[in-house]
Amino acid sequence: MTKRPDTETVVTGPSRRGVLMGATAAAMTASLFTPKSLRAADFPTAEVNTTGLAVTDDAVTIGILHSITGTMSISETGSVQAEKLAIEQINAQGGILGRKIEYIQEDGASDWPTFAEKSRKLLVNDKVASVMGCWTSASRKAVLPVFEQHNGFLYYPTFYEGLEQSPNVIYTGQEATQQIIAGLDWVAKEKGAETFYLLGSDYIWPRTSNKIARKHIENFLGKKVLGEEYYPLGHTQFNSVINKIRLRKPDVIYAIVVGGSNVAFYKQLKAAGIDMTEESPLLLTISVTEDEIRGIGGENIEGAYACMKYFQSLDNENNVEFVSAFKEMWGEDMVIGDVTQAAYLGPWLYKAAVEKAGSFDVDKVREASPGIELTTAPEGYVKVHENHHLWSKTRVGRAQADGQYEVVFETADLVEPDPFPEGYQ
Amino acid sequence: MSDVSTLGLRQSRLFTASEILGYLVLAVVIFIVIPSALDAFRLNLFGKYLTYAFVAIGLVLCWGVGGILSLGQGVFFGLGGYCMAMFLKLEASTPENTAIQSTPGIPDFMDWNQLTELPWWWVPFNSFAVTVFAIVAVPMVLAFVIGLAMFTRRVSGVYFAIITQAIAAIATILIIGQQGFTGGVNGITDLRTLMGWDIRPDNAKTILYFVSGILLFAVLFVAHVIRKSKAGRLMIAIRDREDRVRFSGYNVANFKIFVFCVGAAFAAIGGAMFTLQVGFISPTLVGIVPSIYMVIFCAVGGRSSLIGAVYGALLVNWAQTTFSESFPELWLLAMGALFIAVVMAFPMGLAGLYDDYLKRHVDRVLAPVDRMMIHRAARRESEKLSATRATQPAE
Repeated sequence: MTKRPDTETVVTGPSRRGVLMGATAAAMTASLFTPKSLRAADFPTAEVNTTGLAVTDDAVTIGILHSITGTMSISETGSVQAEKLAIEQINAQGGILGRKIEYIQEDGASDWPTFAEKSRKLLVNDKVASVMGCWTSASRKAVLPVFEQHNGFLYYPTFYEGLEQSPNVIYTGQEATQQIIAGLDWVAKEKGAETFYLLGSDYIWPRTSNKIARKHIENFLGKKVLGEEYYPLGHTQFNSVINKIRLRKPDVIYAIVVGGSNVAFYKQLKAAGIDMTEESPLLLTISVTEDEIRGIGGENIEGAYACMKYFQSLDNENNVEFVSAFKEMWGEDMVIGDVTQAAYLGPWLYKAAVEKAGSFDVDKVREASPGIELTTAPEGYVKVHENHHLWSKTRVGRAQADGQYEVVFETADLVEPDPFPEGYQ
Repeated sequence: MSDVSTLGLRQSRLFTASEILGYLVLAVVIFIVIPSALDAFRLNLFGKYLTYAFVAIGLVLCWGVGGILSLGQGVFFGLGGYCMAMFLKLEASTPENTAIQSTPGIPDFMDWNQLTELPWWWVPFNSFAVTVFAIVAVPMVLAFVIGLAMFTRRVSGVYFAIITQAIAAIATILIIGQQGFTGGVNGITDLRTLMGWDIRPDNAKTILYFVSGILLFAVLFVAHVIRKSKAGRLMIAIRDREDRVRFSGYNVANFKIFVFCVGAAFAAIGGAMFTLQVGFISPTLVGIVPSIYMVIFCAVGGRSSLIGAVYGALLVNWAQTTFSESFPELWLLAMGALFIAVVMAFPMGLAGLYDDYLKRHVDRVLAPVDRMMIHRAARRESEKLSATRATQPAE
């Protein structure tokens, strides 16, 4: 059991400039939604912590639980970095209810039983007040019973398949309908798409997402699905499906391929002579963020469209500050994908909920969470729904050769999260 | 009483004094030291480690005694775990609990995959008796089929190891691919009660720890008997000189199939206990990596020592937990260093260390006890002999 260095040590560390920069940015942005410098003395520990959490007169301990070893570490590292950045910024402006955030980081090791073990450790042994963590649905499913049994509070950053609404989880990523429906509407309306070819990696998220996509395409848009196929995780031979696509000529390839398979898929598409910049067929994906493009190579995916809620290139003040603070802390060559941004929201939403509740007690934080607003989110304004998901906008970006997306569309209003969509079951 | 018959007794009796001492010490460690030293959370972790000890004991029989290196024990561990999980999942999926689904009353992941009724092969798992039977029987049948196909064709050594590894890979792909029936990558999660008894609270975990401990000793006893039996001694002969055993008229394949099936059953019992303690099962426990880990437990403990295997499983897992908590970024390197150290410094594992440094002292202390035991056994034997002579007059 190790306590990671708290802010004091971090500030004197090598990245002092980054911290100060980040701190200023945070102070500026955060002042919009919290009273400045709440003092711990005004909130006696005995009153704000009645259930024995790891909250003292000057610190609150939270957990960070992601894979930093194993196959998922490439994806989850960005989330860890974003969460640490948020924690540092919050501490620089005085912490939560005047208490510095300290964190205990555990490694889920890309292994679901390990996630369950470590989440028990964080909740039972360390009594952390909340946890920022998990990435894959499998890891979330593994820890969910633990969080519900020990009444923990988890901020989960990944866009996922929905069909879940736990009182012990705040989902800061999009559930499936938020990511799918607006994108399909856009491609049908703006690009005149009539026919779709669905494909994905073979597990719950792509399958559920494609189920929703198919229902929407057939029942709501009145268009046609020409094919639907799945490939095992890690699959690298996509030539047969590429041939089928060339034969059947869909207007849109709707791709939900994940992880290492992405690299093979996009390279083989290009090698087969499908130039995505010509948009015939057009490729729309919900699984490729800026992080994945680093592996795929910008030149291999140029011209493809992705439907997300956040792109690094978003042009607003919050995001400009966030991107520069992130790069100051973690390095100039960093890219920030959708999930990384969603992970960044976790500590901020937690801070806002605790300060609204005036308490660290999980039951009170849960009660206070719906209705919490963040005007400082890099993606813009977000709000916590009664169902523990976020209201957020859906955006479509077009991949550039430099690995960034150019935002070509965003919904006018926030899209309501609907984890159990009727008519899509 | 001739010296020859005492020698026979020395070799064939079921327990020597030092073996009894070894089991006693292990019992004290598992039932007294660990539970009194640890809080409920850590005890539950050790409960999880104990389930791996079942696999390690099976591997000692297969590998240490029989010379069959299996890199696919995770498959049997997983089968046992999945059988138990299916029963628990059906119990958790009452129509009331699953009312929000399109088809209430079936497990949630089936509903997400558009299944509208329970597959026929899930139905028997509504019964606990069938489940308990299946936990042992299903892996044994699979092991029997694999054994029959391999050993009667005299596939052995590294070829057999590679094939078992391929089977582990196939099993993982199969489970992930058939997610409507198996839960896919997520596995079978959110298990709650065992015949109405909530398995989630701390006191339930503590009870499960002791149940695992008792089952472990039952398995140890069976393994010990097999090892001391004639079949066990033949297995060692097969390990060392397979041809000679074959030329002596024994069917080598049958013995190998037998021990492989036993190893599979032990692994499956461990898997079932794992599901109960951890609350879910997933394909990550079936694949190549966990299977290799299981061999490492056995190697660290000492591959020819049953007790060593238990300590190996506990030690390696405890080290893994401790390292990963202390150095989240570096723990894998620490584990690697541990394994290299084991292989370089004490290739026979913990049991080898014991044999080299401690055993002769222990034996010296126990020598009088041992002599007494042999003496008694010899007297009993001769009394039995004279008794039979008395009742059955010579023909």
